[in-house]
Amino acid sequence: MNNERPDPDELLARVEREQTRASRGRLKIFFGAAAGVGKTYAMLLAARERRAENIDIIVGLVETHGRKETAVLIEGLEVLPPKLIEYRGTTLREFDLDKALKRKPSVIVVDELAHTNAQGCRHPKRWQDIEELLEAGIDVYTALNVQHLESLNDDIGQITGIQVWETVPDTVFEEANEIELVDLPPDELLDRLKDGKVYLPQQAQEAIRHFFRKGNLIALRELALRQTANRVDAQMLDYREDNAIRQVWQVSERIMVCIGPNALAERLVRAGKRFATSLRAQWLVVYVETPELQRLPAEKRDSVLRILRLGEKLGAETVTLSAPDMSSAIIKFSNDRNVTKIVIGKPTRRGFKRFLLGSVVDSLISDAHNINLYLLGSPRPEKGDDISDRSGLSLYRKKPLPGLGVRLSSWQKNRTLGYVWAFAVVVASTALTYMMFGRFELANMIMVFLLGVVFIATRFGRGPSIFASFLGVAIFDFLFVKPYLSFTVADSQYLVTLLAMLTVAMLISNLMANVRSQAKVAGHRERRATVLYAMSRDLTASQSEDEIVRTAVHHLYSEFGSQNVILFPDANGRITYPKGQAIPESLHGADLSVAQWVMDHNEIAGQGTNTLPGTEAIYFPLCNKETMLGVLVLLPVNLRRVYLPEQRKLLETFLGQIAQALIRVKLTEQTKKVQVEMEAERLRNMLLSSISHDLRTPLTTIVGSASTLMEENSALNSGDKLELSRSIYDEAQRMSSLINNILDMARLDAGTIELNKQWVPLEEIIGTVLTCLQKRLENRQVTVKLPPGMPMVYVDAVMIEQVLINLLENVLRYTPGKSPVEIMAEVSSAKMEISVADRGPGIPSGLENKLFEKFYRVHNEAAQSGVGLGLAICRAIIEAHGGSIQAKNRPTGGAVFSFMIPLDHAQPEMGEEE
Amino acid sequence: MSSSNSPVIVVIEDDPAIRLFLRTGLGAHGFKVFEADTGKQGIIEAGVRKPDLIILDLGLPDMDGVEVIKTIRAWSVMPIIILSARSGEQHKIDALDAGADDYLTKPFGLGELLARIRVALRHSVNSPEQGENGVFTNGALKVDLLNRQVFVGDREIHLTKIQYRLLSVLVKNAGKVLTHQHLLKEVWGPSYSDNSHYLRIYMSQLRQKLETDPTQPEYLLTESGVGYRLKV
Repeated sequence: MNNERPDPDELLARVEREQTRASRGRLKIFFGAAAGVGKTYAMLLAARERRAENIDIIVGLVETHGRKETAVLIEGLEVLPPKLIEYRGTTLREFDLDKALKRKPSVIVVDELAHTNAQGCRHPKRWQDIEELLEAGIDVYTALNVQHLESLNDDIGQITGIQVWETVPDTVFEEANEIELVDLPPDELLDRLKDGKVYLPQQAQEAIRHFFRKGNLIALRELALRQTANRVDAQMLDYREDNAIRQVWQVSERIMVCIGPNALAERLVRAGKRFATSLRAQWLVVYVETPELQRLPAEKRDSVLRILRLGEKLGAETVTLSAPDMSSAIIKFSNDRNVTKIVIGKPTRRGFKRFLLGSVVDSLISDAHNINLYLLGSPRPEKGDDISDRSGLSLYRKKPLPGLGVRLSSWQKNRTLGYVWAFAVVVASTALTYMMFGRFELANMIMVFLLGVVFIATRFGRGPSIFASFLGVAIFDFLFVKPYLSFTVADSQYLVTLLAMLTVAMLISNLMANVRSQAKVAGHRERRATVLYAMSRDLTASQSEDEIVRTAVHHLYSEFGSQNVILFPDANGRITYPKGQAIPESLHGADLSVAQWVMDHNEIAGQGTNTLPGTEAIYFPLCNKETMLGVLVLLPVNLRRVYLPEQRKLLETFLGQIAQALIRVKLTEQTKKVQVEMEAERLRNMLLSSISHDLRTPLTTIVGSASTLMEENSALNSGDKLELSRSIYDEAQRMSSLINNILDMARLDAGTIELNKQWVPLEEIIGTVLTCLQKRLENRQVTVKLPPGMPMVYVDAVMIEQVLINLLENVLRYTPGKSPVEIMAEVSSAKMEISVADRGPGIPSGLENKLFEKFYRVHNEAAQSGVGLGLAICRAIIEAHGGSIQAKNRPTGGAVFSFMIPLDHAQPEMGEEE
Repeated sequence: MSSSNSPVIVVIEDDPAIRLFLRTGLGAHGFKVFEADTGKQGIIEAGVRKPDLIILDLGLPDMDGVEVIKTIRAWSVMPIIILSARSGEQHKIDALDAGADDYLTKPFGLGELLARIRVALRHSVNSPEQGENGVFTNGALKVDLLNRQVFVGDREIHLTKIQYRLLSVLVKNAGKVLTHQHLLKEVWGPSYSDNSHYLRIYMSQLRQKLETDPTQPEYLLTESGVGYRLKV
């Protein structure tokens, strides 16, 4: 009962699938066995029907190949003008993707799904154009021949003897919403061909002789029918699944394809794909790189890379394992990943060699439990095993991997040097042995040679050390084995000695070479780890987007040797060039439209990818989960340095780290902003409550007094009137100073104040302040203590006056009526300290710093207090001058407020008097 | 109420409450007040009424007060006292340099205004200000411009050339605010307009010699951010 209920994960996946399906356009493929079966005809017929149903259908691109019946069908349909591309003197007509996207019909007809676009189009393949149309929600009608299906490519090549380079990934076919098989029996097709309805008569004869042989046509028709049947089958399964009829397949099925650096690899991958499709299983393509394989020439390693990417294209997950032993690595990995089936090539070692050295297949058979092994035979070697340059595969590569030649030649140089060294070491050993000759046993002399071989093996690897082994043995035989100066060996027991010497030397060579390359692999790994660590450390330390970009660009440059740049979208989501200071490693001249495409589609583009491979740089999306953050543009000096699986993984990790750092900074900034806003909100509230209290109090007095004065025939005598008037005046003054303070604070907060710094003698500032407060200070004893020869200060005099006025007003406000005030200044090497000291009650302990906060008042709501902005203004002004201000109690009683102003400008020149 | 020889004042101010206060306050002290609420109107009034003095608000709705000053100065030297908001030092300086005689910062009391009006009127009647027989006196300070002598009490003070030149400019404009620029130009010449510290140094030297306590000056007052004024 239970298993009739659908798996929740499965359900979720289905819901997601349906959602994407809903927004995505529907793809209908008119599928045929060969050219000429009438796909285009059927497609246009369907289009006309849709048109008759008043559906907005247009023809994006259709090749009529001069067929009249077909051409007639186009009439009356809206046709999108093709994009014309000049190519070597001829004009090519290509499908205009941008125009189609702009026109945005409900359905569009685009012929020949497998078509390869001319250079200069956005995507190299038409199916990618169609993907984008579907992505944009446009339904597409298209046509496809069976021989263009990627996974059937090999089989059809074998059947027809003609290799097709234009292929379409099976996923496109599988994800099509509808497949309409356009079928025509081979005889009828041949008739049509003879009638010249498919090709021009001349071409038709050629075609019949080669591709359109009846046998071929039958085979192709069968394949097409079978493929369609598979589709129907899959749809059936989907339907059953959707309706929870029963558990259909074992989800746990997982297929692993193991490939090596040989011709079989490509076929293995294709076979694996078909296998996985038929079993509806997940599949992996695995390449184990042993130290031996690391020594392969660069082209071979590139070809492996290409096969891995083919696997990716066919929907596999690809993995490169680095391990000394292939079979144990495969078994360990397949256990880790719960692989149920392994697809592998037949053993290449045969007979004696296989018996002696073993084969991966043999050890897999004996060690892999619960895993089914599938062996794929290699075709008889024909026209060489060379798979290195098949245009169909290297299509995504603009030119041969650059940088290869350089590396090769330097490697070659290194090699030659190794042989020179080997020779030199053997000569040196010979010299040493010659001196030992006669005094030492022969066996000990052999040791000297072996030592030389070990040295060469550690320094220069296998080739030179084997060379050294042979050379050593030969020289040893020639010089030290009787008869001397001859290669003949008199005593047959020496033969054993020499043979053992050679064997030991070779074994050592091999061992050392392995150790060396493993150390190299370990070294690489360690370096990658270090690089990653260094970057993540730097990223963690980065506090702003700028810093992150700087760090990222720098590390990417040092790791991948590529100039690069990180582009961010503006507020409208449009990618813009970075502003601000240029970074030395930064890449200039990135294509913004490509970056925009990457940003919008969250897909990689540029050289070596499916989108715009003609572009020089590679464009990577920078995203964190579903949030697109920006685009990384990398100009590769060497594609392998970017696309080698390990490097690619490293790069992805880099991208992830960068994205995370960016998100972190963004969040921090948001938090900060929120905090600032909260603080601002708090201050606003305090301001409101302050104003409401501090302005209302004087206003009450003013309104009250004024209304009393206005009263007609009141009994006020002139003394009362004067007193009331005076209180109106005083309160108005108080309000005025409150408002001034609030305005000052607002201006200081807004940062709109520019200091008007000038050279001013301090005594002038003090003089102005005292004049200003003259009346209010009348009853107090004001002492000014300035040391003689005071330097001038470079300040905004009006501002510093404000500071002193505020400090003195506080004294007036908070100390008893007749207590004295002292203003003092002290000059030390680089600063001037100015203090205002009183003999009042002092500052309650612990509040020394709180005093300078906005709206802080020692005695809240007291009638004599101000808004609590005076000291905050002082602090803001002093800090704007680069100084500091503090308050403390004097030991002798009273408080002292002192501020420091740096004297960091040279005193101005004094005009000499004539 | 107003006699024919009472001084005439034109008030150019857009706020009616301030106009009311000026009209009543000044009227009570024997001035004849005419009002204008825009710059344009003010310029017309200044031409028609032939006032002895203009009180001009710098923040007018129709035109900049500085422009009003320039227009009036094109044909008249009548004293102009400007009213300005606080913290508009530059605006004040511009107005003073354009030819205004004095300024008052809002809010201000009637007493302050009357004092400024008196100084300004005296200047215009008896310009240049030298008192009788070219001797300026305020408290213990006595400056004899004819004989180039300066006394504090009975003690004669010896000044350097520049100190004396600076003092004499102040004496000739006693009671009036003089901007830094103005003083620099008068004492040192036009090329010294950037060296305002010269002025400050010499002013401080003058105070050392003339004031009992330079930090609480009695004669040489600083107009914060604007310039200096010799108290009368």
